[in-house]
Amino acid sequence: MGKIQLSQVRKSFGDVDVIPGIDLAIEDGEFVVFVGPSGCGKSTLLRLIAGLEDTTSGTIAIDGKDATHLPPAKRGLAMVFQSYALYPHMTVRKNIAFPLKMAGMSDAEQAARVERAAKVLNLDSYLDRRPGQLSGGQRQRVAIGRAIVREPSAFLFDEPLSNLDAALRVGMRQEITELHQSLKTTMIYVTHDQVEAMTMADKIVVLNAGRVEQVGSPLELYHSPRNLFVAGFIGSPKMNFLEGAEAARHNAATVGVRPEHIDIVDGGPWQGTVGLTEHLGSDTFLKVTLDTGETVNVRASGEVGLHHGDRITLAPQAGKIHRFGADGKALA
Amino acid sequence: MARAASPRRTLLTTLAAWSVALVIFFPVLWMILTSFKTEASAVAMPPEFLSADWTLENYETVWSRSDYPRFFWNSVVISVGSTLLGLAIAIPAAWSMAFVPGKRTKDLLMWMLSTKMMPAVAVLIPLYLVFQRIGLFDTKLGLILALMLMNLPIIIWMLYTYFKEIPGEILEAARMDGASLWNEIVYVLTPMALPGIASTMLLNIILAWNEAFWTITLTTTKAAPLSAFIASFSAPQGLFYAKLSAASAMAILPILILGWFSQKQLVRGLTFGAVK
Repeated sequence: MGKIQLSQVRKSFGDVDVIPGIDLAIEDGEFVVFVGPSGCGKSTLLRLIAGLEDTTSGTIAIDGKDATHLPPAKRGLAMVFQSYALYPHMTVRKNIAFPLKMAGMSDAEQAARVERAAKVLNLDSYLDRRPGQLSGGQRQRVAIGRAIVREPSAFLFDEPLSNLDAALRVGMRQEITELHQSLKTTMIYVTHDQVEAMTMADKIVVLNAGRVEQVGSPLELYHSPRNLFVAGFIGSPKMNFLEGAEAARHNAATVGVRPEHIDIVDGGPWQGTVGLTEHLGSDTFLKVTLDTGETVNVRASGEVGLHHGDRITLAPQAGKIHRFGADGKALA
Repeated sequence: MARAASPRRTLLTTLAAWSVALVIFFPVLWMILTSFKTEASAVAMPPEFLSADWTLENYETVWSRSDYPRFFWNSVVISVGSTLLGLAIAIPAAWSMAFVPGKRTKDLLMWMLSTKMMPAVAVLIPLYLVFQRIGLFDTKLGLILALMLMNLPIIIWMLYTYFKEIPGEILEAARMDGASLWNEIVYVLTPMALPGIASTMLLNIILAWNEAFWTITLTTTKAAPLSAFIASFSAPQGLFYAKLSAASAMAILPILILGWFSQKQLVRGLTFGAVK
């Protein structure tokens, strides 16, 4: 079991309301990602769930029981930290066994569980090394191993991949997703990287200034962002926003079109000049300055023979235009 | 890039360093030399740097006239005891100041340090009377308590500095792993801060070992440590420099040996965290 329910959870540091009041339900077995820019309160929210910070008001229920005032160890959760937070003076074996030792488990049971976790995470040959003798990826695996041996009701990950290089990050991302598929345990994952959020999550919680902007599956957020913030935050490259005449034509204060939903066609409604071009082989990214003075990013599939200074005409795909009101909220 | 020093510069720096070291060490050296001289040679004017008639007589006299092993044992019990007791109190105190600081933690630290600035003489009479009333006068327990309290601010300050170097996330990880506060301190914090704790312990043993004001005034015979042993050779029998030197050499020898073997640890501990 790993159902977590937050009701009006509020956290302030002195006079500053970091989290003004959040309601959120996390179902058993879900992979939930908290995503948002730095300072949005996503790590604080995770720490409140972990019990590493006290809530100012509101309740946190885990598996139906009020856990608001329980100490971290009594909540049945395991956490993987950004800095790995391994015990540097202990071997990998002892690091992984530490929570079991604290739980008063017998030596034989500890050894069996450590072996099992080490096998899952390919750590068998490193068990007698110290964290200082391991690479970043291996350390991260040890941190995950230390979390899984406890068989917690939910895992909490606090930006676990941000200290790894790009290539390793993609590999670890897949490993964590596979781990979730095999364990089927609730996972809450904090990141500022929307690509991580989109690729890993069952459900994404987009946070901004301590408020939940939207909760939904990755594709829900991609196709139906509730407001300008979510529209701009989810998707890479970022959604283009146009105001003025173009927006007025669609009865909105702002319209948004994703770069991949703009076609380069002859006789399209938007005329412009190509500025920067980025050729990735599979895709070409173009920065186009429209004659109206606005700039849009365009993602074209494959190689297009366009260069700086070329004149082009563009057309947004039908049904892919997002309309927003003056208050920033999406219009139906 | 490291600056390349010319050989001449290196030589001059080395000479300067040795000169300073010699100036600092000279009193100890002079004391050791004097302890092997006759009383006449010890007070000779002009001073005889290297005496013609070396003798071990002072050591024999000092050894036979007093109960050195008892003083030595008292010193060991008092310095080690006060240090261990101090650490037992200071580790949790420094833990709370380093990891769960309050608004007034910095003020509290300054206040504790300020107690070290108080002249000891100011509390001599009250402490003397209190010790006599409650039966702690001339007891090892009394001195352990007194020296522990004298050095506690320094122990807490040193440990606080070392603990600040330990990332808080590691302690949070221990908390998530189910460690109680006790287990967190015993299994995670203490082993990680061991170099710092070791140097704090060594420094404190040295301070307590060399403490003379309180050990002399709060003891007579039973609990008197080596500092009182040295004093006993200066006061009642007039000034016998050679014997006094022999007694002093015997008193500092154990701590000198301890310091020599642990100097690496001491330097590492004292500069811990100074550079990454």
